[in-house]
Amino acid sequence: MMRTLTAVFRKEVLDNVRDRRTLASALIMGPLFGPMLFAFVINLSIERSLDDIERVTELPVIGGEYAPNLLRYLDSRNIDIVDGPADRDAALDAVSTGTHDVVLVIPPEFGEQFSASTPARVELITDQSNSQADREARRVRGALAAYGQELAVIRLTARGVSPLALRPLNVDEVDMSTPSGRSAILLGMMSYFFIFALLMGGMYLAIDTTAGERERGSLEPLLALPVTRNQLLLGKVAATCVFMALSLSLSLGSFFVALKFMPLDELGMTPNFGPLTVGAAFLILSPFILLGAAVMTLVASFTKSYREAQTWLSVVLLAPTLPILIVSILTLRPRLEFMFVPSLSQHLLLIDMVKNEPLDPLHVAISVTSTLLFGGLLTWICARLYHREGLLG
Amino acid sequence: MIRVEGIHKSFGAVRAVRGVSFEAPDGKITGLLGPNGAGKSTTLRVLYTVLRPDQGSASIDGADVVTQSLEARRRIGALPHGAGLYPHLTARENIAYYARLCGIDAGSIDDRVDSIIRLLEIGDFADRRTKGFSQGQRTKVAIARSLVHDPQNIILDEPSNGLDVMATRSLRDLILKLKDAGRCVLFSSHVMQEVAALCDDICIIANGKVAIDDSAAGIRERTGCDDLEDAFVEAIRMVGPS
Repeated sequence: MMRTLTAVFRKEVLDNVRDRRTLASALIMGPLFGPMLFAFVINLSIERSLDDIERVTELPVIGGEYAPNLLRYLDSRNIDIVDGPADRDAALDAVSTGTHDVVLVIPPEFGEQFSASTPARVELITDQSNSQADREARRVRGALAAYGQELAVIRLTARGVSPLALRPLNVDEVDMSTPSGRSAILLGMMSYFFIFALLMGGMYLAIDTTAGERERGSLEPLLALPVTRNQLLLGKVAATCVFMALSLSLSLGSFFVALKFMPLDELGMTPNFGPLTVGAAFLILSPFILLGAAVMTLVASFTKSYREAQTWLSVVLLAPTLPILIVSILTLRPRLEFMFVPSLSQHLLLIDMVKNEPLDPLHVAISVTSTLLFGGLLTWICARLYHREGLLG
Repeated sequence: MIRVEGIHKSFGAVRAVRGVSFEAPDGKITGLLGPNGAGKSTTLRVLYTVLRPDQGSASIDGADVVTQSLEARRRIGALPHGAGLYPHLTARENIAYYARLCGIDAGSIDDRVDSIIRLLEIGDFADRRTKGFSQGQRTKVAIARSLVHDPQNIILDEPSNGLDVMATRSLRDLILKLKDAGRCVLFSSHVMQEVAALCDDICIIANGKVAIDDSAAGIRERTGCDDLEDAFVEAIRMVGPS
């Protein structure tokens, strides 16, 4: 029994290692795709959060001559005043066509209203459906509000009223999130990349076990040998598992390296992803390997050709996101019953690790056992299907 | 020794084999002859146990192909129709893989593979990856692979398909060598001349039934045709349409 299993296993590993296309997708594409996409997203969000104060923004103004003090104030807030369109209609046009994101219109009666201490009207023309324009508008709106606040304080003081009258409440927020905790939001998607890389690692081998062997015509002579089909299938699933494990560890490793080069502390994040966490993450994710290998082999065994198998297995690659997505959208806290769901349980445990929170041993135990049981069950179904006559197509 | 007794096999509504019986004794070459779609491949697939018969039974050296299928497979070397190799492995690795699966001692695998490579005269390309092999080269490697555990019974499904004259000739020599070694050789073909030149017994199958099972001389006599090709056509006519 063991000898046959090893023979099949060794052959599959050798065969797979020699197939460059397979190897590239298993060991390069899967493990590198995650960190690369991740670095892209992180850098994008860093860029966006570093905007405001330091960045100089341009603001076209119409009727600036009616409010020189306001313009001087805006200028002190790093907002560059430029000449706006000729009139209000031209401004509306410019914003709707996207020539300008925001235009400030100061009407001629501004000075009059201002001196009379009645609310002086200014117009901010923008397109709120455009997120870039919205950001600029928020910046200008903030500066205008601050200017108004300063003036209010001066006016009250001039009338002998304490400006504190404007602040009946003093709200202090205490933020309990830790730098590791904040990382979890962004790093939450990390767990999916690991599962993706894991599945990619064994995808071609899983296809080869049934659809590939059949298409090549090597399945029939193989089945005519004095070995049982269970031995053949288990040897192949074992080889698939090894490639999945390899791809998973490469993916964990590449993330470990990539995180060192990402300026995460600028986002106020310090993920707990040291060598120890990497090792623990591998152990937490490893039960998913058997399940992944079995699911992929099972799906591939129903297909008629290599190409069809590839199409279906791409769908399987997305399936583990589903529970993760649902829980993320509903922002549910980890619960005992979630630990029975493969992929979701690994995701939640991984997030806890990254947040540097202690893992509940019961949660870990349930996650490991249920995932292994699912994997075992599916492997058994695969073996049953491998006995069908229809296997030969 | 292969014995087939009244096997039936249907795929949905298609009745591929409808009561085929014959015997292929040791030390003889038995030919399964018939037009395309006659049920030859289905019969052979039942024998090397990848299909189960709906009715009837078959045995290899007394081992039933359904109830003792593992034992039966141990006694068979099978070359299925259009058998494929692993393109990323060399010819030698392809053969050694089968040797390992057949349970040959790790220590004697190399010797065994070497001797089968000599027997099939494939030394010239034994250490090349099989991707890009010609049909003849592929068939030879596939036959070598199926003989690696030295089986008593050899089942070849249309082995001469796609082979050129030289390859066909060396295949014929190999089959004769196996016969001389006392093996039971059963092969299928739709080419009358090939079967007539080689076989001791000919079993003509048409429409899933045995039309005639005899020596070449016996077939000539029973159909009343001197020419074997005419005899073939006559035998098929005798079975009639389904």
